[in-house]
Amino acid sequence: MSIFDDPFDADSRVNAGCICGQHQSPAEHEHALLALRCEPVVESQEKRYENVVASAVLRAVFPEAATRRAFLKSVGAATALAAVSQFFPLKTATEAFAESGTPEKKDLKVGFIPITCATPIIMAAPLGFYAKAGLNVEVVKTAGWAVIRDKTINKEYDASHMLAPMPIAISLGLGAQPIPFTVPAIENINGQGIVLSMKHKDKRDPKDWKGLKFAIPFDYSMHNYLLRYYLAEHGIDPDTDVQLRSVPPPEMVANLRADNIDGFLAPDNICQRAIYDGVGFLHILSKEIWDGHPCCSFAASREFITAAPNSFAALTRAIVDATAYAAKAENRKQIAEAIAPANYINAPVTVLEQVLTGTYADGLGGVKTDPKRVDFDPFPWQSFAVWMLTQMKRWGQIKGDVDYKAVAEQIYLATDTRKVMTEMGLTPPKDSYKSFSVMGKPFDPTKPDDYVASFKIKKAS
Amino acid sequence: MTASLRLRAAIVSIFLLAVFLGAWHLATRSTGTAANMSPEYAKLMGLTATQGKSAMPGPLDVGAKLWEHLKRPFYDNGPNDKGLGIQLAFSLGRVMLGYLIAVAIAIPLGFLIGMSPLMSKALDPFIQIMKPISPLAWMPLALYTIKDSSLSAIFVIFICSVWPMLINTAFGVASVRKEWINVARTLEVGNFRRAFTVILPAAAPTILTGMRISIGIAWLVIVAAEMLVGGTGIGYFVWNEWNNLSITNVIIAILLIGLVGMVLDQILARVSRLVTFPE
Repeated sequence: MSIFDDPFDADSRVNAGCICGQHQSPAEHEHALLALRCEPVVESQEKRYENVVASAVLRAVFPEAATRRAFLKSVGAATALAAVSQFFPLKTATEAFAESGTPEKKDLKVGFIPITCATPIIMAAPLGFYAKAGLNVEVVKTAGWAVIRDKTINKEYDASHMLAPMPIAISLGLGAQPIPFTVPAIENINGQGIVLSMKHKDKRDPKDWKGLKFAIPFDYSMHNYLLRYYLAEHGIDPDTDVQLRSVPPPEMVANLRADNIDGFLAPDNICQRAIYDGVGFLHILSKEIWDGHPCCSFAASREFITAAPNSFAALTRAIVDATAYAAKAENRKQIAEAIAPANYINAPVTVLEQVLTGTYADGLGGVKTDPKRVDFDPFPWQSFAVWMLTQMKRWGQIKGDVDYKAVAEQIYLATDTRKVMTEMGLTPPKDSYKSFSVMGKPFDPTKPDDYVASFKIKKAS
Repeated sequence: MTASLRLRAAIVSIFLLAVFLGAWHLATRSTGTAANMSPEYAKLMGLTATQGKSAMPGPLDVGAKLWEHLKRPFYDNGPNDKGLGIQLAFSLGRVMLGYLIAVAIAIPLGFLIGMSPLMSKALDPFIQIMKPISPLAWMPLALYTIKDSSLSAIFVIFICSVWPMLINTAFGVASVRKEWINVARTLEVGNFRRAFTVILPAAAPTILTGMRISIGIAWLVIVAAEMLVGGTGIGYFVWNEWNNLSITNVIIAILLIGLVGMVLDQILARVSRLVTFPE
C-alpha cells in the first residue's frame, strides 16, 4: 500500500493505481506531475501535504486496516477527519512537513565558473548552507560557459551557475538544443565593469572608441547586452564600429596584457585582477549603466525539478540563504577569505576583498568606495527576463515574434522563489515585474515591443 | 671513445641548462623602480604594479614552488584542489584507458588491413582524413554525443591515438618479406599459425614504433582535453592555475608533463628494443 493513498476512503482498493505505481489514481499521478513541474498548483499541493499528514495520524490511531475501515464506515470520512484534527494539530504538522520534505537525492553536484558572481553558490559549501538544508553538495569548478551548459544538459551537474540570459537561450534553443531550463534564483546584481588597457588612459569618451577590440565572456550574457547598450547609447554601433569577441574571463587579463584586445566588459574579480596586475584601469562599473542589473543566475533544468522536487526546494533554500548572508556588508570580508583558496575561486584575497567590500583601487592611482559594487538579491524578477529578451531581439539573436511574458514566466520562477522565501521568514516582493531604467531610459515590462522599436541602433532585420 | 663522447655531451647539456637558467633569471629580475603611489593604494595592488616585479616568474620562484609541491604531492583539499601527484595519476589513468582501447582495436584491425591489399587501399582515404584532426575539434562532438565528460576525454584520447598504430600495423604486416611467407606456405603452415609465428614477429618492430608514436600523441591530447573538461588531471591543474594567472605553477606543470611524456616514451622504446631483430 502506498503512503499516498487516502485513508479516509473506506472503499480504497489495494491495487488501484497509476502507471508509475506511486499514486493512487491516474488523476493523482497527473496532478503530482503538474505539481512537481512548479506549475501554479500551490493550493492543492498544500492540500496534498495535509492529506499525507492526516493519513499518517489516522494510521497511528488505528493501526489495523480493518478497524480503520470499520471506523470510517460508521462515522464517515469528514467526521473522521474532524475528529482526528480535534486532538492533533494537523495544520502545524502539515507546515512542518511541507518545509522539510526529505530530499530525493542528497548528493548533488553544482557547477560554477570561478568568478565572484558565483559567491553564494561557492560559499554555501565552506560556510555550511548546503549542509543546513540537508544536502551534500559538491561544487565543481568548470572551464567555461559552453562547457557548464553541456555538463548541466548532460546531467553531470544537477544545477549550475549560469549567466542570467543562458537559461533563456537554452530553453529557446539558441546555440543549443532546446531544453527547458529554469532560474529559481539570481546570484548577484551589479558586479561587472568596463576595463580599458592602460594605453587608453586618455580615451575616456566612448565616442572615440571606433575600431577598438573588446572582449565579452559569452554571447548570451548580460555583459554582452550591457556593453552593446552602453556603446549604442554613445552612438557606436557594436556590430560595425567595434569588434566584440567572446573570450573566457581568465584569458581576458592575459589578452589585455598581450595587447590583443583594448578592453573588456567582464565579471568581477577579473576586472579587479587586471587592475591588480597593473595592465588596465576601471573605466566604469556596470552599476553606472544600470544600478541593480542581474548578472549571473542559479539554473536547473525542469527535468531535475520534476525528478527531485524536494532536493530542488532544499537547494533553492540553501542558495537564498547564502545570498541573504552575502548581501550583508559585514560578512563580506569573511566570505572573501572563504572563497579565495584554490579549491574555489583561486585568486588573491586582496582582489576578492576589494570586489566584495567595494573599497578598491581604480587602476589610475585612486581608491574608490562603493559598497554596492556587487550586491546579492536572489529574487528572479520576471521583468529581468523580459528585458534580456528585448535585447536578444534587438541584436538579432531571436528572429520573429516573441511571447515575452510567457517565456519569462516559464523560466524565471518568481512564484516558487517567493514561496520558498516566505517559508524561510523573508519578505519577498509581491510583484514579479518591476520597471527600472537603464542609463536614464525607462523600461516598461508590459510594452517590450515598443521598447525594442525605440532604439535607433539595432541589428537591421 | 663512446664514454668520453657521452661525458662531453653531458657537459654541454649542463652548460646549456646553466646558460638558459641564467638568462631566464636575468630577464625576469624585477626592475626595482617602485612606482610612485600612495601607500593605501599600493596595499590594494599586486607586486607587478607596485614594485615593478616581472609578470614572468624567475627560476628561483619556480624552484621554490616546485619544492612546495614535491613536499606534499598527494593532498586533497576538495573536488577542485588536489595535489600534483593525484592530478598526474588521474591523467595517467585516462591516458592508459584510452590508449589500451586504441591498442585493442588498432592492432587486430591493422593486421587484417595489412593482410588484404584491397582493404588497405579502400580504407586509406578515411584513415588519411581522420589522422590529422586535432583533439580539440573532437571534443564538442564527443561531449554532445557521449554526454559524459570523462568518457569524452577517454574517447578523444582513443580517437587521436588509434591512427598511427593502425597505419603502422597495416604497413608492417603488408611489408613482411615475401620469401618468409612463401617458406611458410611450402611448409604448409596454417593461416593462424602463419599470422602468429611469421608475420607478427616480422612486423613487431613497425607495430611498436606505431605504439610509441601513439603514446606520445595520447599524452599530448590529455592536457588539451582536461583543460577543456576540467575537474581532475594535470590539464585541469594548468587551467586552474592559469585562471589565477599563476605562471609559476603553469611552468611547473609544463615541466612535469614533459618528464612524464619522456618516461612513457622511454618505456616503449625499451619494449621495442626487445622485439627488434637483426636482418
